[in-house]
Amino acid sequence: MNETARPEIDQLERTLMADIASAADEDAIEQVRVAAIGKKGAVSERMKTLGKMSAEERQVMGPALNGLKVRVTDAIAARKAELRDAAIEARLATETVDITLPVRPSPAETGRIHPISQVIDEITAICADMGFAVAEGPDIETDYYNFTALNFPEDHPAREMHDTFFMAPDANGERKVLRTHTSPVQIRTMEAQEPPIRIVIPGKTYRHDSDATHTPMFHQLEGLVVDKVTTVAHLKWTIEEFCKAFFEVPDVAMRFRPSYFPFTEPSLEVDIQCDRSKPGEVRFGEGNDWMEILGCGMVHPNVLRAGGLDPDVYQGFAWGIGIDRLAMLKYGMPDLRAFFDADVRWLKHYGFRPLDMPTLFGGLSQ
Amino acid sequence: MKFTLSWLKEHLDTDASLEEIVERLTMIGLEVEEVTNRADRLKPFKIAKVLEAEQHPNADRLRVLKVDTGQGEPVQIVCGAPNARAGLVGVLGKPGDHIPGLDITLSVGKIRDVESFGMMCSERELELSDEHDGIIDLPEDAPVGVNFAKWAGLDEPVIEIGLTPNRPDCTGVYGIARDLAAAGLGKLKERSHEQIRGNYPCPVSVSLDFGDTRPMCKAFGLRMVKGIKNGPSPKWLQDRLTAIGLRPINILVDITNYLTFDQGRPLHVFDADKVHGNLVVRRGRAGEGIDGLNGKSYELDDTVCVIADDNGIESLGGILGGEPSGCTEDTVNVLIESALWEEDDIAATGRKLGVNTDARYRFERGVDPDYMMPGLEYATRLVLDLCGGEPSETTQAGRVPDSSNIIDFPYSEIRRLSGVEVSQAEANLTLKSLGFWISGSGDTVKVAAPSWRPDIEGKADLVEEVVRILGLDRVPLTPLPRTGTVGQKVLTTGQIRRNRTRRALATRGFNEAVTWSFISKPQAELFGGGSAALELANPISPEMSDMRPSLLPGLLSAAQRNADRGFGDVALFEVGQVFQDDTPEGQKMVAAGVRRGTAKLQGASRHWSGSSTGVDVYDAKADAEAALAAIGAPVEKLQVHTDAPGTFHPGRSGCLKLGPKNALAVFGEIHPKTLADLDLEGPLVAFEIYLDALPQPKTKGGRSKGALNASHLMPVRRDFAFLVGKDVKAEVLLKAARGAEKTLIADVTLFDIYVGQGVPDDQKSVAIDVLLQPRQKTLTDEEIEAVAKKIIANVEKATGGTLRG
Repeated sequence: MNETARPEIDQLERTLMADIASAADEDAIEQVRVAAIGKKGAVSERMKTLGKMSAEERQVMGPALNGLKVRVTDAIAARKAELRDAAIEARLATETVDITLPVRPSPAETGRIHPISQVIDEITAICADMGFAVAEGPDIETDYYNFTALNFPEDHPAREMHDTFFMAPDANGERKVLRTHTSPVQIRTMEAQEPPIRIVIPGKTYRHDSDATHTPMFHQLEGLVVDKVTTVAHLKWTIEEFCKAFFEVPDVAMRFRPSYFPFTEPSLEVDIQCDRSKPGEVRFGEGNDWMEILGCGMVHPNVLRAGGLDPDVYQGFAWGIGIDRLAMLKYGMPDLRAFFDADVRWLKHYGFRPLDMPTLFGGLSQ
Repeated sequence: MKFTLSWLKEHLDTDASLEEIVERLTMIGLEVEEVTNRADRLKPFKIAKVLEAEQHPNADRLRVLKVDTGQGEPVQIVCGAPNARAGLVGVLGKPGDHIPGLDITLSVGKIRDVESFGMMCSERELELSDEHDGIIDLPEDAPVGVNFAKWAGLDEPVIEIGLTPNRPDCTGVYGIARDLAAAGLGKLKERSHEQIRGNYPCPVSVSLDFGDTRPMCKAFGLRMVKGIKNGPSPKWLQDRLTAIGLRPINILVDITNYLTFDQGRPLHVFDADKVHGNLVVRRGRAGEGIDGLNGKSYELDDTVCVIADDNGIESLGGILGGEPSGCTEDTVNVLIESALWEEDDIAATGRKLGVNTDARYRFERGVDPDYMMPGLEYATRLVLDLCGGEPSETTQAGRVPDSSNIIDFPYSEIRRLSGVEVSQAEANLTLKSLGFWISGSGDTVKVAAPSWRPDIEGKADLVEEVVRILGLDRVPLTPLPRTGTVGQKVLTTGQIRRNRTRRALATRGFNEAVTWSFISKPQAELFGGGSAALELANPISPEMSDMRPSLLPGLLSAAQRNADRGFGDVALFEVGQVFQDDTPEGQKMVAAGVRRGTAKLQGASRHWSGSSTGVDVYDAKADAEAALAAIGAPVEKLQVHTDAPGTFHPGRSGCLKLGPKNALAVFGEIHPKTLADLDLEGPLVAFEIYLDALPQPKTKGGRSKGALNASHLMPVRRDFAFLVGKDVKAEVLLKAARGAEKTLIADVTLFDIYVGQGVPDDQKSVAIDVLLQPRQKTLTDEEIEAVAKKIIANVEKATGGTLRG
């Protein structure tokens, strides 16, 4: 029995293995599977004969047939996987594209925020940390708020320091002005709010001036602190902290010089240490040069009075600085006039990505 | 304000170096703008003498000079100056020397076949003055071969300070010396001027005649000096004036200029023989005029203060003398004027007539009233010393006003305002050295400001004086104490919305522009502005005459400018203020954007993945809605109206409203007429968002977003296509579909619009995709069918259309 059965099984295995190996696609292998281990397949049919065998015979043929079934089943599965992989490979080979073709850039990467807006956001981040709120006021101002309340005497040469744009006179002959500085908002704030006051005022300002370094419209930042205790010492600290934070330098030497503004007393001008030895570039916090950067001072008693406050009780300081100039110094734009020309090449180059929102925790600039 | 180091040292006894002086000037508020030394540029130039001057053989106007340079053989020079002559002592430039006034370097040249080994220089060529009528003509005894700059006294530093308008006392070198002495940089050489006794009464009287009107002159001092000999000033005086850029004229005139810069005291001198009768100081009259010493003529009126005699106007008081009575080298009898004018009138007159003089500069800032008569004495002394003559007594009209201002000064004020500790003794010393008087004792004293400091008004000014002189670097740095809580919001809703709008639009590919707040009148009118109240009285140019009623004119022009530069596909936006009237409330915050050419959201121009066509109204609508969504507007609730302004295409524009009246935004294609009016080329679409029109957000309790209510049941999609009239608005159809069964219909998307074959001419096919979201149990076919019927019925009823079979 042994001698006769085994060669036959071996023969069957060889045939089946050959069929499996030669199956060319999934249909063919399925046919082989049915023919071998399907209900009526060659192996299955032989398995059915086991029941009729004697115990001895079964002991020999059982394992032999089972072994055959396992090997055939495994071989079919392996062949199937092989064929499936080959089919996928063949399909993928037809699907190849040129991945070097350029795609459209994200609009979020092509859009830009104007440097003035960005710098105002930077300033806001710094000043908010020092407890300043952001205040605003109108561009068209009365003579009172722009000059008189700020202690500019009528006809005084100090008024001529500001080349003023006037609106056409109204029926009463009164003429409003385009504010020459953001300082009128000091008065408006004092009128509207009880001290303590800590505000910064970014905004558009106007002077009748147009040449290589002046534009008739520009941007200023005003700062104002009014309370009962704030002194020049606080002013110095605030300005120094502001400059360090804005220019993102760990340390910078500053020079405070006496100066004159009608609305502050004492009045100071501030120089900042810089290196101007490389053409077209200013580095702050290094070098031996000084650059005038802003004007400031203790709020003049007459200005406090105009704001409805008693100068023997309240005191404080104010400062003013050019936002456009700050942007130019930090980011290296050579020409102020280009700020207002809306040339997309300039905006792309000097503008900021919309997601580069300045924060103190992530650094003002990237 | 310019002066030389030696001039300063005339009033200041100091060992300090130039660097120390410059540093200290800046640190006490007299900011040094520039220190120059003309000798640096004039180093090569030596004094030389013309030995021979012969006619050039080939040129009528040229001469050939033999010039003695002080060493070696004389050199040959070809010269065209009319005053070139034998015996002239002048200044020689040699080959290789740089001529500062011409910015050229000399070389040996041949002029009409004659060799020239240098040039004799004019004053302009050496930047000494504008004089260019001839070459420099020095006194005969000027030493030949010597360095010219050194000999001429030009070899010294000239210091220029930028004077703030509050410091008239430092418009004279003496005042600057006083400040430096107070700051510890030397000792002030106190001035004192003897009172000169006149031998006779001043033959010309002066009166102030302002009738019932406000006087424009406070006081007027006058004196005659007769029998003088005028002429060129001595060298020391000429040198001083030339060093600071003034041209010496004659002794009398030079003395007035000298006192102007030395003492900050402007004076005027009349040639007494040209003055007819007495002097009257009064208002000018319409029709009167004056020929000024500056060579210009002015028409006068009653806002101008004049000095007149029987002949007419002789001087614009405090600003400019008149030509007819001016002093010349022939003047024999001189009237010296020292007066006090109303500061505001001087400023107003100067501005009105457009005259800037050194006198106006000082008088409008405020000249020391107590120095009016001493200044007259000092001028007289100089006239007598330099010109001889016989002085009259002085005569005076008006009264020098009492300028004393006594301030109660608690020393604690220094610390209160500056935060620096200064002892009473130190404060006293500082104030006294500046000329302040202090009386009383204890913690509060009385302080009187000196007559030359009209800027001192109160306590704060005294604090400034003390801190300024002691040095601001003594003030410590004290941190501002923290206020409020950590992480306080510092922006208003409006400010936050502007920020979000900016960044939302920039993420859509827009570049942010900042354009002028003023535009041309035609542009303003086109966009609903141009009212008289918003017109500038003194615009920079007609293109910048009116406050803008809209951001669009600026942006549209900007887009066109870019197109003209070859960049036609641009998307620009601006967030800024527009003006409805001239009140604070009439200023509104607006965000606006324009897209031009093919600048669509996905990118501009052609691309292999799909080319962008011209921008259209839907691009603008998408931008407007995106920006509104970014600032929290309920975009899904907005109504779309068709009443956009007339600057937009009437059929391709819209208005987004919250409720029937509150317009939040307009959008659309620009009207072809607007394009033509503004000289623009399309395609151009635009939107404008009225940021202030969006209501403030409701203050809700708590920040919780509430529970997520996501159904676990599968949603079901159904498509419908309707045939509706061509004019039926999509909004109507969508609303009808959405409203058919609100609890089940989660979303309705319009995914196709078709006209053409199979659809009647007056109709269109609109296809929608309805998403049904069951919440309780899976929908049966019957239930889905029921909803579908409702949708069809609703849409057919609302649109008059039919389901497309």
